[in-house]
Amino acid sequence: MALLDRHAAQRDAYEAIRNSSADPFSVRFDSVISPTEGVIEGRRTILLGTNNYLGLTFDPDCIEDSVRAVRERGTGTTGSRIANGSYDGHVALEAALKDYYGREHAMVFTTGYQANLGLLSTLVGRDDHLILDADSHASIYDGARMGHAEVTRFRHNDPEDLYKRLRRLKDTPGEKLVVVEGIYSMLGDVAPLKEIVAVKKEMGAYLLVDEAHSMGVLGETGRGLAQEVGVEDDVDIVVGTFSKSLGSVGGFVVSDLPNFEVMRVVCRPYMFTASLPPAVVASTLTALRKVKDTPALRHKLHANARHLYDGLSNLGFQTGPNCSPIVAVAMPDQVSAVMMWNALLQNGVYLNLALPPATPDSRPLLRSSVSAAHSPEQIAEVLATVERVARELGVLSEPKRAAIA
Amino acid sequence: MDLISDPTVSQVARAAETVLGRAVHVTAATDISRDLAVDSLALMNIVMELEDHFDISIPIDRLSEVQTVGDLSSLIDTIRNKA
Repeated sequence: MALLDRHAAQRDAYEAIRNSSADPFSVRFDSVISPTEGVIEGRRTILLGTNNYLGLTFDPDCIEDSVRAVRERGTGTTGSRIANGSYDGHVALEAALKDYYGREHAMVFTTGYQANLGLLSTLVGRDDHLILDADSHASIYDGARMGHAEVTRFRHNDPEDLYKRLRRLKDTPGEKLVVVEGIYSMLGDVAPLKEIVAVKKEMGAYLLVDEAHSMGVLGETGRGLAQEVGVEDDVDIVVGTFSKSLGSVGGFVVSDLPNFEVMRVVCRPYMFTASLPPAVVASTLTALRKVKDTPALRHKLHANARHLYDGLSNLGFQTGPNCSPIVAVAMPDQVSAVMMWNALLQNGVYLNLALPPATPDSRPLLRSSVSAAHSPEQIAEVLATVERVARELGVLSEPKRAAIA
Repeated sequence: MDLISDPTVSQVARAAETVLGRAVHVTAATDISRDLAVDSLALMNIVMELEDHFDISIPIDRLSEVQTVGDLSSLIDTIRNKA
């Protein structure tokens, strides 16, 4: 057996998709010219699958501060913080995060993936328990796998089911850490966080909330779902990312847990990787200030999300259970999903093709994410293109005639 | 012992049918991934059904030792006997 033969099934599935279409897993942009527009094969394309919720990737202040940092501090740190030391920017960014969240401790990671990998493998250990929402992101599953705690899943967004599973563990020794996300990345559905907090308190568990897709999006000052529903005091650990609303790359955690600073010398995905480069840290700091001080960005984002969500729902697509900046439509099967995704790309609309097992309920999805930087005209153009393409391909039936009063 | 009539094995089959939405025929020797075409996510969902049926907790980190229906059924029996 050759070295990669164990992946034969995945290779065959991938080849089947590539033979019938453009490769959805390696789209190449000739250029990206704004948060909402790029060029693909010479065509101007509306970007609707970038998680760039506030459109800050091209913010002039973020760019300016990033450029200044690269000139003054260089292109990279070339090492980890425990071995090579921290730059002033790392310390300033952690101070800004502590201040923003009103928490005792903050730690910055090189990616959001590493933040989850590090936290889930280190916060709990042998004889402890991780209780994960079944639809958790791969980084949460991978972190759970890397550590030594026992791992239990509960049914997605189901506090009753969480209660039942915690009850089964009640008489087993060890700490229990419940892990949920603010907004789930595939369907854009929001966790019932108030109810989950109630269960967590009743059963004596800790709670970690991953606000990757909800930071900058929910809450009066953008701190995420916990702020939006007023339960921040009952969330023990908040994880987030810089690669969505903050427009750069990196991950973070904030917490009031006592002795949290020990994480810096026990958390391997923090210790054994190069720290974030100065340019990234600088733009992130500026973006964090904008997220806090510019609620208008959030208002614009939600208006755009509503425009797209209602538009797609009214066309007859099956959308997610609530309106959020992640707007996904379920496709009947993989063939039509791939066909539709290709046709949209050919017609100047880029969004994400999500295929099982990365999707809930094993359904293929066309997943889009809206930005505050989209204009209403762009959203209208997307809706018109989706409708035209879907009717041409037979994914949508002919429009219903208006009811006669 | 006829393993097909083992009640835990039969219950694994029922849980698989619920998750996969199709009839499955298994013995203890059935390889879950190869013979049932079950991916890691479907296996975790089957385990969830079994947790509810038996009212136990089956940690998913223990699934690395599970290849056949018999492996899963013995894991369940071990957990139930401990409870």
